[in-house]
Amino acid sequence: MIVVDAAGTSDFSIIGRSVPKPDGLPKTTGQARYADDLKLPRMAFCRLLRSTRPHARIRSIHTADAEAMPGVHAVITGRDLPVIYGVLPVGQDEQALCSDKVRFVGDAVAAVAAVDEDTAERALDLIRVEYEDLPSYMSIEDSLSKPGEPVHVGKYGNSHRAAALQFGDVDAALEASDHVFEDTYFFQGNTHLPLEQHACLAQWDPAGKLTLWTSTQSPHYVHKELAKALELREDQVRVIAPPVGGGFGGKLELFQHEAAAAKLAMMTGRPIKAALTREEVFYCHRGRHPVLMWVKTGWSKDGRITAMDFKSYVDGGAYMSYGAASLYYTGALQTVCDRIPAYRWQGVRVLTNKPPCGPKRGHGTPQPRFALECHFDAVAERLGIPVLELRRRNFVKPFSKTINHLRITSCGLEECVEIVTREAGFVQKHGKLPFGKGIGFAVGAYLCGAGLPLYWNDMPHSSVDLRLDRSGLVSVSCGQIDIGQGSDAMLMSVVAEALGARREQVRLISADTDTTPIDLGSYSSRVTFMAGNAAIEAARRLREVLLVAASEELDVPVEEFLLADGRLRRRDGTGVELSFAELVKLAETRNGALVASGSYKPPKLAGPYKGSGVGPSPAYSFTASIVEVDVDPETGWVTVERVWIAHDVGRAINPVLVEGQVEGSVYMALGEALMEEQVFRRGLHKVPSMLEYKSPTTLETPEMRTFLVETVDPEGPFGAKEVGQGPLLPVIPAVANAVYDAIGVRIHETPITPDKVLKALAARAEGKPARYGPTSLPEYTFPRLLVVEQPAEWASQEAHAS
Amino acid sequence: MKIPLKLRVNGDEHELVAPVQKTLLEVLREELDLTGTKHGCELGECGACAVLVDGQPVLSCLTLPVELQDSEITTVEGLLDGARPHPLQDAFAELGAAQCGYCTPGFLVTAKALLDQDPEPSRERIVDALSGNICRCTGYVKIFEAVELAAARMRGEGRRLGPREEIPA
Repeated sequence: MIVVDAAGTSDFSIIGRSVPKPDGLPKTTGQARYADDLKLPRMAFCRLLRSTRPHARIRSIHTADAEAMPGVHAVITGRDLPVIYGVLPVGQDEQALCSDKVRFVGDAVAAVAAVDEDTAERALDLIRVEYEDLPSYMSIEDSLSKPGEPVHVGKYGNSHRAAALQFGDVDAALEASDHVFEDTYFFQGNTHLPLEQHACLAQWDPAGKLTLWTSTQSPHYVHKELAKALELREDQVRVIAPPVGGGFGGKLELFQHEAAAAKLAMMTGRPIKAALTREEVFYCHRGRHPVLMWVKTGWSKDGRITAMDFKSYVDGGAYMSYGAASLYYTGALQTVCDRIPAYRWQGVRVLTNKPPCGPKRGHGTPQPRFALECHFDAVAERLGIPVLELRRRNFVKPFSKTINHLRITSCGLEECVEIVTREAGFVQKHGKLPFGKGIGFAVGAYLCGAGLPLYWNDMPHSSVDLRLDRSGLVSVSCGQIDIGQGSDAMLMSVVAEALGARREQVRLISADTDTTPIDLGSYSSRVTFMAGNAAIEAARRLREVLLVAASEELDVPVEEFLLADGRLRRRDGTGVELSFAELVKLAETRNGALVASGSYKPPKLAGPYKGSGVGPSPAYSFTASIVEVDVDPETGWVTVERVWIAHDVGRAINPVLVEGQVEGSVYMALGEALMEEQVFRRGLHKVPSMLEYKSPTTLETPEMRTFLVETVDPEGPFGAKEVGQGPLLPVIPAVANAVYDAIGVRIHETPITPDKVLKALAARAEGKPARYGPTSLPEYTFPRLLVVEQPAEWASQEAHAS
Repeated sequence: MKIPLKLRVNGDEHELVAPVQKTLLEVLREELDLTGTKHGCELGECGACAVLVDGQPVLSCLTLPVELQDSEITTVEGLLDGARPHPLQDAFAELGAAQCGYCTPGFLVTAKALLDQDPEPSRERIVDALSGNICRCTGYVKIFEAVELAAARMRGEGRRLGPREEIPA
């Protein structure tokens, strides 16, 4: 790992040091207790009866035989859980157990609590459900054209969310362009596949309190949804997230088994455990949306983008989940890497009878980023301009505004590109490697936390409470949940640095809606930026109290003190030195309890238009990647041999963990690029197991070289930006561009499997276009365009640029 | 049908009665409370549930304990030497080779079997030995490095981690 400090180093004692995660040894010694490791006296087990039909009306459910079975404590159906809920205020469309109809194979219709899992499973066999099948919609085309009852009956039918935005006069700009190019792409859906299958344990206190331990990335949203589904007041519900065995976006809302286990706990008075099988996890999904995309760009003859017209057709599966946001994300961040002076985006999310799609690492952004980066690679060739040259002419500038009103602050895109192209020898290799060997380039940008919460409010997105103990211990309390990404370690480093304590003195209490202050959850790459800033605010408040107390007690001006790494000293080296514990005792004696809170709310950045809530972020990370592949033209097999990746993380708080996030993103991107797909046959998942759903193993791991670029963001905690998601974005198109460089065919559809490579080679041999991918768009009329004024800064920014 | 079982796990003798169809994974987790061993699929596909049986990694989700009554079973909890973590456990923790940590116990016992056999494995050998374990977080690179770091330390060699940082052994 090489850290490139683009902004000059600062004098830190902890920030920038690679230090182990506090959860490292508990996880490597088997001491960490995940949700399914928990056990309570009198615990019973819950299993769900899931629909075997993709789309059917429920005629009747007969539960008497199951209820009569020895060992069964209770059987529930939708009558017991009638409330409709959803994670988005605009997406109230789910029921914990379906009453009227089922919308995908796997939708739950009944739940059993029994003495053990085997008994619960056998009881499910005794429940009889009579279905009346309805026409099922298994693709975007089906959903838009097939007649019949829509998945959800509503105003818009299956095309339930749509948007059309225009910034600048796109048609005039295209008309005036020297060149216009268009391409069509399809990004296949895929799933998170966390190693930990979802599990929860619910306990009811008859005094009126429900506790749910559950593997979730957002205790807060589960808390809100669960209270609604159970018809309890929110203060009656406590959600605790034990360590989470991987999320990637797949554990970000209330699931049917959580509501069912909670209800069964309330009815039986017993703690209820529900643990999903791997097959159920595949059906719960909430993963990457399949997206069909069309892009048209205009160019000046010197290779500057004049306009972009983009359409997204998004396959949502059976429910909204995060879908309204997912849809807008397929149109929001196109403008964040390249300066686009006129931009139109039209998108529609359709409902299908498949497991609901939702947020997966990169949330709605990897799909358009794949399309754009492949498109730009092809445009460079058509214009006869080297791709790096073309891209550099169009990159956004630091501290600028995009045409769709997104505020860019620090931006290390140029530095990232410079490093990876130099290290990989891109210019020397691109277009010059022997047939079958190729090298590809792409960039990307991502949010450091969504600018707006899921439900409208003006409250903080993250809060941190600090309490100092006279032992010198610093107790940090925050609702954030470490899902493996290292947010616990981040908070420890940030608090210790800002307070002046040693890192080992910091203890964390996390992810408990009863005892820790708000944090919205581990999604949208928000925790470092938001919880980090909240922690700094709290720590600086306490630091001030400590220094003032020491100043008064020792009669030394505050400015004369150095407080760092657990020691208070005088700058001139004279006088006594206090340990952190001694300093706390001194301050506690003078001030009483030493507590402070801090909170963070992103600045209001949304543009003046409907839909502008998706896209704004207090900062953006930037990444550049180069991939080298070997493609066997006989078998179509693509082997990724080497990956270079440079990521602008603002500031690397804990470099070893930052690097781990980059490497993990590269890995997940390679899975999506080459093999992972969530596909169905007659309503059934074709590959619902870890054997059949192909994901990369150690054997598919290429050489990876990671570079961290530090641009020190003015609003990030100690300058830090995100790293958990952005590095995934450029890798997928870089693979596709490398495949083209290797064998001269363009694969416009993920995953790039051998059959597609062979079909593209065959097409070329027959004199047809040397590509594989979609060739047409479905019939659909987008809503009327919402034409948005350009940002106030746009004119002066453009004048300055030219 | 329940049957009596005599199992030797991490050096402890256990006598218990468990349903005959319960897998070693289920008996370890549910009867003996050794929840350090995880499950990712319960079909022998992911490697998360690996434990050592007489020093060899086996998938506990595909193994019936009735077959193992004369064997020495080692789980992730048994890698510790008293209170001292195994060098692999330390190295995985230090390098962030355990992110979410759910696949980690399976990787650790598999890597231990490798190092017991080959104290200085090549990168290729490590990649091959761990190819039956799936990790979704790390991209495997930190795992390879942690195995190499632990191996070096077990051979008595100190090791630097990188240009920026050195973690003391």
